[in-house]
Amino acid sequence: MGPTVAAEIYLNVAVSGLLTGLVYGLMALGLSVIFGVVRVVNFAHGEMMTIAMYLAIVLFTSLGLDPLLMVVPIAGVLFALGYVLQAGIINPFISRPEHSQFMLLVAIALIIVNVLLIVFGPDARNVQTSYSFDSFLIGTLIVDATKVYAGVATLLVAAALFAFFRFAPLGKAIRACADNYTGALVVGLDVKRLYALTFGIGAACVGAAGSMLVLLFDVTPALGPALTLLAFIIVITGGLGSMPGALLGGVLIGLTEALAGLMFTPSAKSMFSFGLLVLVLLFRPQGILGNRLT
Amino acid sequence: MIRKSPTTSARMGVTRRTVSTGIGAAAMLAGTAPFNILRAQGAPLKVGVLLPRSGAQASIGQDCQRGVELAPAIFKELGLPELAIMNADTETNVEVARARAEKLINDGAQLLVGAFDSGQSTAIAQVAEQKGIPFVINIAAAPPITEQGYKFVFRNFPTAPMILADAFANQKEVFEITGKAPKSVVFMHVNDTFGTAMKNGVGAVMPKFNMPYQIVEQIAYDPTARDLSVEVAKAKATGAEALLMVSRLNDAILLTRELVKQRWTPMAVLSMGPGWYEDQYLKTLGKLSDDPMSFVPWYDPNKKLSKTLEAALAKAYPDINLNTNHIYTFEALLVAADAYKRARSTDPKALADAIRATNITDNVSTGPGIQFDAKGQNDKLKNSAIQNRGGKLVTVAPKTASNAKPELPMRPYDRRS
Repeated sequence: MGPTVAAEIYLNVAVSGLLTGLVYGLMALGLSVIFGVVRVVNFAHGEMMTIAMYLAIVLFTSLGLDPLLMVVPIAGVLFALGYVLQAGIINPFISRPEHSQFMLLVAIALIIVNVLLIVFGPDARNVQTSYSFDSFLIGTLIVDATKVYAGVATLLVAAALFAFFRFAPLGKAIRACADNYTGALVVGLDVKRLYALTFGIGAACVGAAGSMLVLLFDVTPALGPALTLLAFIIVITGGLGSMPGALLGGVLIGLTEALAGLMFTPSAKSMFSFGLLVLVLLFRPQGILGNRLT
Repeated sequence: MIRKSPTTSARMGVTRRTVSTGIGAAAMLAGTAPFNILRAQGAPLKVGVLLPRSGAQASIGQDCQRGVELAPAIFKELGLPELAIMNADTETNVEVARARAEKLINDGAQLLVGAFDSGQSTAIAQVAEQKGIPFVINIAAAPPITEQGYKFVFRNFPTAPMILADAFANQKEVFEITGKAPKSVVFMHVNDTFGTAMKNGVGAVMPKFNMPYQIVEQIAYDPTARDLSVEVAKAKATGAEALLMVSRLNDAILLTRELVKQRWTPMAVLSMGPGWYEDQYLKTLGKLSDDPMSFVPWYDPNKKLSKTLEAALAKAYPDINLNTNHIYTFEALLVAADAYKRARSTDPKALADAIRATNITDNVSTGPGIQFDAKGQNDKLKNSAIQNRGGKLVTVAPKTASNAKPELPMRPYDRRS
């Protein structure tokens, strides 16, 4: 590879990694929101994402609805699922030991994987839109059109979420719960309802990310655990509970995987993600944008 | 009191009851001993079919099952004895495969068939050999399985070195017919057991064939990778003319998508493994699936039984092309039925001896037919070169078993409407 060619390739790969990382970030954002407020680690996060991906596939194959246009409806469905899950099943576990919560959510994850297997079978599925194979040629830079659309949609969803938590009264109430649980109870907030809403919002993030990610990846029921692990790497790197941290973590992991694959060997991409995670845990255990651990 | 004089029979301890019992026993003996061979012939042979019906290889296991489903009607036409199929799921797991093989034998299986994967087949072979039950491998390429001196293990599938040697021979034939050959290739392979074994095999076998191309870069990648854009970017940057591939299904689809998105149509995609010819690949990619060539264990489309099997599959599954999974699973059962017919017994040793003496020339796979060497390996099998064309597969080499001419170079992806 000549130096000019090499520079082009690095730029191409970096842009691709950045855009994929943004969608990763949105997925992890949901996990971070839920943990930041409810203090429950959602071990069924990736599996919920696969539900969203399958929903997008069903809507596309049966009604021809573009997954990008279905971001909001799918996020709505996942919001309802998250709300019901928190209000009906997880709320009683809030005050129980962490291992009980862990077992509950792992059980939910297993149920989701197996139900998806029964309904959709083990084969990989995907959607092929009219722009699935498009790319933009900007000088020598070739950018995957699908990744650009997904990346832009991610930024919009993330901006809406940040605005909600910053400016909407309900968002402020949820933040109050996160900051001071007892205080929230004292001022009369319905904390359990707010927890359910938060879980719903986290799940909605997953729904939005899922309907975008289905444009980039094939989905199988077995993909869930891998996505859960990926979300954990991202939020721990970015800072568990930090929303900007989740987005930053996603971008960093996306870039790390892409560039490591180019500079070293593609089969060792994940090794570098874990390497980054270990470094963060060693030198900044709370994550890059996380609050200092007490 | 008159005492009855004891009769002779009574003296001998023979009463009316014992006579009846004796006659019954004699009748049973008479009914079984002279006619036991005929009885065995009349009853179906119990064949345990072990396949990965769930887990990572579930779709392949289910595809192999189609070969099982097609067998009974065709065997009936061929005058072969009936098989009682006992299905088992290895769950794509070596230990489960071993346990299921043991259970099948305990449940009365008289012969085993399976299991698509080398690791699972190795475990089943150990059980079969230990229990003395014949095991006919449908698909598994790792050479050691038939190098252990087993007496009850048979494989009607080429080993990895056989596949590679034929792949290079067939590539040369294709280059000769088309008059076009790449000068440089990037060798991309999955980094699992199969891919790594093939990579090592390429290093050992390729120098013997004086190929027209050089491998300018080797790229190993994870078969479960969600995104292969980096891999394709890296391959494209080398400026190589073609891709030499060892892949699986999902990664083949991902790679093709990336080739299109990154606006690179290599002169040829030369695959030496699954993925590029599979139905899901053809269906998912439509016209973009056309042109790659696969050098794989295949079938001779000109053989009579191939046509029968093709017709049966088309009737049962109109949207599915006949492929390696169907062919070799069907042939494994063909070996079993043929051996049972000749052995005239369900005795495991008699069945194993009959399999060893197999000589089926009216078969499906490419090559002269099914025969086993002293190690239990069919070393006469040949590979074919197949090319995707219009959503179908045509066989382009070897010439003796082809039904179309190869086409090179690949048509540019951006000019396929």
